[in-house]
Amino acid sequence: MLGAKVLLVERDDIPGGQLVKQTHKFFGSEKQYAGDRAIHIAQMLLDNVESNPNIEVWTNSTVLGIYEDGVVTVEHDEKHTKIMPKRVIISTGAAEKFLGFPGNDLPGIYGAGAVQTLMNMNGVKPAERVLMVGAGNIGLIVSYQLKQAGVEVAAVIEGMPTIGGYLVHASKIRRAGIPVLTRHTILEAYGDNKVEGAKIAEIDEKWQPIPGTERDIPCDTICLAVGLSPLTELAWQAGCKMAYIRELSGHVPIVNDDLETTVDGIYCAGDVCGIEEASAAMVEGRLAGINAALSLGYITSEAEELRKNAMDELDELRSGEMGNHIRNGLEKLSGYRT
Amino acid sequence: MLISDGVPTIEDIIKITPSDERFAQGPVAIVECFQEIPCNPCVKACKRGAIAMPNDINDIPVIDPELCNGCSLCVSLCPGLAIFIVDKTYSKEMALVKLPYEYVPVPEASQYVTVLNRAGEVLGDYEVVKVMSGGKVNMTYTISLTVPQELVMEVRDIKVKE
Repeated sequence: MLGAKVLLVERDDIPGGQLVKQTHKFFGSEKQYAGDRAIHIAQMLLDNVESNPNIEVWTNSTVLGIYEDGVVTVEHDEKHTKIMPKRVIISTGAAEKFLGFPGNDLPGIYGAGAVQTLMNMNGVKPAERVLMVGAGNIGLIVSYQLKQAGVEVAAVIEGMPTIGGYLVHASKIRRAGIPVLTRHTILEAYGDNKVEGAKIAEIDEKWQPIPGTERDIPCDTICLAVGLSPLTELAWQAGCKMAYIRELSGHVPIVNDDLETTVDGIYCAGDVCGIEEASAAMVEGRLAGINAALSLGYITSEAEELRKNAMDELDELRSGEMGNHIRNGLEKLSGYRT
Repeated sequence: MLISDGVPTIEDIIKITPSDERFAQGPVAIVECFQEIPCNPCVKACKRGAIAMPNDINDIPVIDPELCNGCSLCVSLCPGLAIFIVDKTYSKEMALVKLPYEYVPVPEASQYVTVLNRAGEVLGDYEVVKVMSGGKVNMTYTISLTVPQELVMEVRDIKVKE
């Protein structure tokens, strides 16, 4: 938008990250397309990318390394390719966490993201009856989408005493008849070569199962939605200084207000900087892009204003009660800056 | 309790229930949004300015029942599917409730559907009187159904037989 030439490298066969499989409407304000379904936001962004002559897109291509001399290596068209960008923005997103319990290697145990891909990208009904583990926004939303796809959700269980996701999402699935059981854990998955059910139990303050509360949940699929970790391999490999910030869900690159890492010219945006809502990730992407362009001298009359708007939007999204942990995390992160 | 099982308590509901006088005047929106989340499409949705967030987008929406005329525009525009319309003036015995719906199959007018309360419990079978499509972009249906007066503040979802 500010005039810089951009090469967008995407490992998947279409860009768009998680947006392309999220069928629910976004929260936030109209500046982050609130009220629009993520699949429509993704299409709009993809159309913008496609119609912009300054942007080249490589799909099915993986960035392999970022080196001291600025060379970035990419596997593209089945070839090892070297490029020399003036600026790099890492927006690799996050990976789903796994959970340890007996039987967790049985076929039929999925990350919630995989189930969402099967349903909403590939048009495959992924299960008949699901136990969802985790009542954050992903667990709640994917449960809703499973219900929409005609899959029965036996229950959503959550170890914490309170629901972590938005309560409107919880109310939506609860009134559709899906129980949300906080202070519950999965004891084991069982089945003969595939998931046939799970044993769950209520837990006490020390996260220990309370005897006598064990319950059998017959199901053919167990879906794990127990959190995300920033996908930071490239940032580590590129030599960016990292910090462990619990509130940001793990090790994250130390960035300044411009989202630039400790390595000159390398920026980070989105979940790689800390797990947050998608609306904030989109604004961070915009902000990193503006800052990278500004640093290259693409200074237009509107650039400063766009930059300020993006920073104001982030402040607004993070200003409420649900933004507490992000604000605390960013505060800690700022302490690591030199 | 809402925070531990997703079901608003009676106290939560009392807080957002309009007065009997307001109910007697006709349809009104019931905004069942109890948590401060960064979200404000309902404010923009209301052409009459009946929904406000005084500070910023993290506020819990505040509805002015005097400005609200129950038009139902906000029902399909709330991303959280948390707004319902209640009309207690429909008839002496029956009241009208409008709710957002995003499942298949979509019911048709005059069809009987199973109605559910906030905890997903079945309250009986009642008649759909109107089905409004949200269109290709919005995609959320607004379903109007008639239920006994005493159930209208309970019914919040439907189950449609295949």
